Amino acid sequence: MNADTNISEPAAPTLTSVQPVDRRDRGGNAQPMLIARGLKKHFPITGGVLNQVVGHVRAVDDVSFSVLKGETLGVVGESGCGKSTLARLLMHLIEPDEGNLVFDGDAVGEVDGLSVRDMRRLMQMVFQDSYSSLNPRMPVQDSVAYGKRVHGATNAEARAAARELLEKVGLDPNLFGPRYPHELSGGQKQRVNIARALVLEPRVVILDEAVSALDKSVEAQVLNLLRYLKQHFNLTYVFISHDLNVVQYISDRVLVMYLGEIVEIGPVDEIYDSPRHPYTRALLASRLSMDPDDRIEEPPLVGDPPNPVNPPSGCRFRTRCQFAEKICEVESPAVTGWRETSEHMTACHMYVEKSGHSMAKAPAPSPAIIAAGKPPVSHVV
Amino acid sequence: MIENSTSNALVELKDLNVKFVSREATVSAVNNVSLTLKAGEVLCIIGESGSGKSVSMRALMRLLPERRTKITGEISVAGKNVLELQGKELSDLRGGTVSMIFQEPMTALDPVYRVGDQIAEAVCRHEGCDREMGLERALELLELVKVPSAERRLKAYPHELSGGLRQRVMIAMALSCRPKLLLADEPTTALDATVQIQVLILLRKLQREMGMGMIFVTHDLGVAAEIADRVAVMYAGRIVETGTVQEVLGDPRHPYTRGMLASTVHGNMRGKDIEAIPGNPPDLRRLPTGCSFAPRCKDVTASCSEALPPEVFMGGGRMSRCLLASAPPDEPKSMAPAI
Amino acid sequence: MVSASSVEPQALADMQSGPALKVRGYWASVAYRLRYDYLTLFFGGMVILVILSAIFAPLLAPMDPYQSSMINRLKPIGYKDFLLGTDELGRDLLSRLLYGGRISLTMGVLPVVIATLVGGTLGVIAGFVGGKVNMAIMRIMDVFYAFPSILLAVAISGAMGGGIVNGMVSLTLIFIPPLCRVAETATSQVRSLDFVEAARASGAGTFSIISVHILGNVLGPILIYSSSLVSVSILIASGLSFLGLGVTPPEPDWGLMLNTLRQAIYINPVICALPGVAILITSISFNLVSDGLRSAMDVRL
Repeated sequence: MNADTNISEPAAPTLTSVQPVDRRDRGGNAQPMLIARGLKKHFPITGGVLNQVVGHVRAVDDVSFSVLKGETLGVVGESGCGKSTLARLLMHLIEPDEGNLVFDGDAVGEVDGLSVRDMRRLMQMVFQDSYSSLNPRMPVQDSVAYGKRVHGATNAEARAAARELLEKVGLDPNLFGPRYPHELSGGQKQRVNIARALVLEPRVVILDEAVSALDKSVEAQVLNLLRYLKQHFNLTYVFISHDLNVVQYISDRVLVMYLGEIVEIGPVDEIYDSPRHPYTRALLASRLSMDPDDRIEEPPLVGDPPNPVNPPSGCRFRTRCQFAEKICEVESPAVTGWRETSEHMTACHMYVEKSGHSMAKAPAPSPAIIAAGKPPVSHVV
Repeated sequence: MIENSTSNALVELKDLNVKFVSREATVSAVNNVSLTLKAGEVLCIIGESGSGKSVSMRALMRLLPERRTKITGEISVAGKNVLELQGKELSDLRGGTVSMIFQEPMTALDPVYRVGDQIAEAVCRHEGCDREMGLERALELLELVKVPSAERRLKAYPHELSGGLRQRVMIAMALSCRPKLLLADEPTTALDATVQIQVLILLRKLQREMGMGMIFVTHDLGVAAEIADRVAVMYAGRIVETGTVQEVLGDPRHPYTRGMLASTVHGNMRGKDIEAIPGNPPDLRRLPTGCSFAPRCKDVTASCSEALPPEVFMGGGRMSRCLLASAPPDEPKSMAPAI
Repeated sequence: MVSASSVEPQALADMQSGPALKVRGYWASVAYRLRYDYLTLFFGGMVILVILSAIFAPLLAPMDPYQSSMINRLKPIGYKDFLLGTDELGRDLLSRLLYGGRISLTMGVLPVVIATLVGGTLGVIAGFVGGKVNMAIMRIMDVFYAFPSILLAVAISGAMGGGIVNGMVSLTLIFIPPLCRVAETATSQVRSLDFVEAARASGAGTFSIISVHILGNVLGPILIYSSSLVSVSILIASGLSFLGLGVTPPEPDWGLMLNTLRQAIYINPVICALPGVAILITSISFNLVSDGLRSAMDVRL
């Protein structure tokens, strides 16, 4: 959408979504905005009389990816796949057990890097629950202005910035600024939340199911608004959602998670047109058709996602995967590219040559078969 | 007309009004809703939050708090006038003729009892059998709703089950009394996509096999497309459009339905603005005099806000409450492909 | 259509509008709801009346509350100039009740205020910090919980000796644990809400979050609870005085008066009951006001 307004040098071929040079950039266009390396978070489960640790919820397990400048990275997955934990890890709202973040070339939270406090100014988050994410005892314009005041602005400056942003998100500051959250509709509250996230002039906004709780007609308004704001403020989005249609609409690249791990990541069209991982295929096939005469007759997947407390060994999807073989149980597949492409990566033994999976020895599954979401039946064991 | 036994309608609502009265304000949640459901038919009520869809369902089962609610109109289910039922008759209706499943099964299941016992209890209450028989039937029911390793799950507590399994257990419980009418209040909204489609397919299959009538409340047009025979679209407490699911989704005659379809996000709209319906739904405490959708409608005319548009019937159970229903304005722009 | 320029008008086209409704702050809306709660208003008036009469006791009292008279002992209501009769030493009961209110109210209110400050602070810290700090604070409070509060007050007062100050100290000590628990519960509920997380995400420090976001949301429940404790405090203070552990004679105090008049119950039961009536009216008023506040403040916004 920015192709015709892009005045910068043509970017490297893989970085199709680079915005015009922003003077806040430190690393240059090709430097990813955010790199997450080996993020891991296991929550201990305590039980018993003495509160001893009886297990771990493996919420996020060894997740690495990067977010390019000016793009929207969609993160999809079912409940319990760790996408909300991932958002909080990126914001350092919870400390990762392992792994680190690089923000525009600066390591976050390290001695000669970017402090967490500074990083939080550059990266902001919009939460799902528009009600509980606003202080009920505060007029919304004060909620918006608060972040500015925390960072040392005077009351008047903060108030002025808040009013300007309220206007930008489509709320008349005179009419809505002095109101309290309970006097606003869900969509209006989410607009306030977006204004609050933008008041510190961040580079990156993490939208954690930001439109999921809204009614469809309001959701459409907010999505339009998000698109407009992205352009206006030169933002980079990490858009977390369980809604595949919304993710397809708004994302440039998509990351699919399952039980705390990345199963597939790549450009949106590739993911949606030729998904590779069996889970991605099933997820896409579960989308409702919108055509009463073309109903889904057989569920693409049976059963629920397993409990993240004791995930299956090897590939975590193998318990629901129709192609599961011995190797899937033994070895957990790495996230790798297939053939020459490095943009579209997936974590499946079927896409690693000589992995030991019977289908891996065969040539790449033909795109037509994959696009149809139908497995090459002859290989089912 | 309500006692008319020749009518084959399972559910008949006539001029249903539900008002919530409090000291500060009166909320008109449901206004003059009339609809019928034939036996064995699936009706989807589509609407956004506050459209009155859930309230109508609860009124149907008399689940609303009696003191603060004013219900007028006629509700008949299987030939019985629901608003006049008392005591035993009412509880016979609630667990016998009509069952309900909810969005959040955790609130409907008792956390301290095993699911097997809960289903068995529901069975025994209606069929007067002993616990042994009840458990046997519970196992049958769990198998019917395709709970894997049902025998083991009988002994599970609700919190030990995943969301999808809990929803299946609740469906099993709702079916325990072989209801003629199943009310489903957004039962798949809280579920993940891969689980949602499983539950929808299951409900569709069970409904067909058991010949139940079903009223399915949802905000999701996609869900309606998967399960409905007929659709009623509600806005601000009124039904604005009814018809078969093919008619309503394929050829919507009310601007609100059209707007809903246009604002349903699709991947192939990428890079374009979505044709969102501007504004917000009206305040149910102060409904506008004319068409409630007029302030947000792009085809609005001067007469829209003068008086409530009449229901325009177009044959075959097709209705739209819009002055322009019979002659829809030419679409100025290409609409999002509805199908 | 797709270019940047088309985006802006659309986004602004659905500029949200709405009726210019009157904006009321939280406390203003509480006051608004209280305006129509006549019961609470009436008993609120009673509370104010009791407090005023205690403050202006020297002006209102018709006689010296310490002036005894052997010939005017235990006279009934309305005897000569004694509007409410006399006690067992012939002192004017009305004057003694007015003066007694000063001590009884002080013993009712002051311990609660101090306990609210101390217990509330501890509870907010425990609730916000969580973890080991929470564990340490709350387990200490649990130790106090192990004893019935009246027994504990009697034990502490007994150990420290009688007197107004010691009585108040013991009352303060027994009110800290429940207030701390209420504050802790309220705080940990608020802490888990997204807006606190959002505040952290915008880089706010702990102090700023507590003072701006937490306090405003937990003050309501804490105040409701502590206002309900005032009547308890008056009752326990009276109990302590009754047992001889609080106020010492000849100071006028409702509990103490009840104790000393007890012996005359067969001679003039009406007079004996009067200090009890004063306690009853005061504690009921405080209780009902606190209930009214609760329903006015508890409304889900």
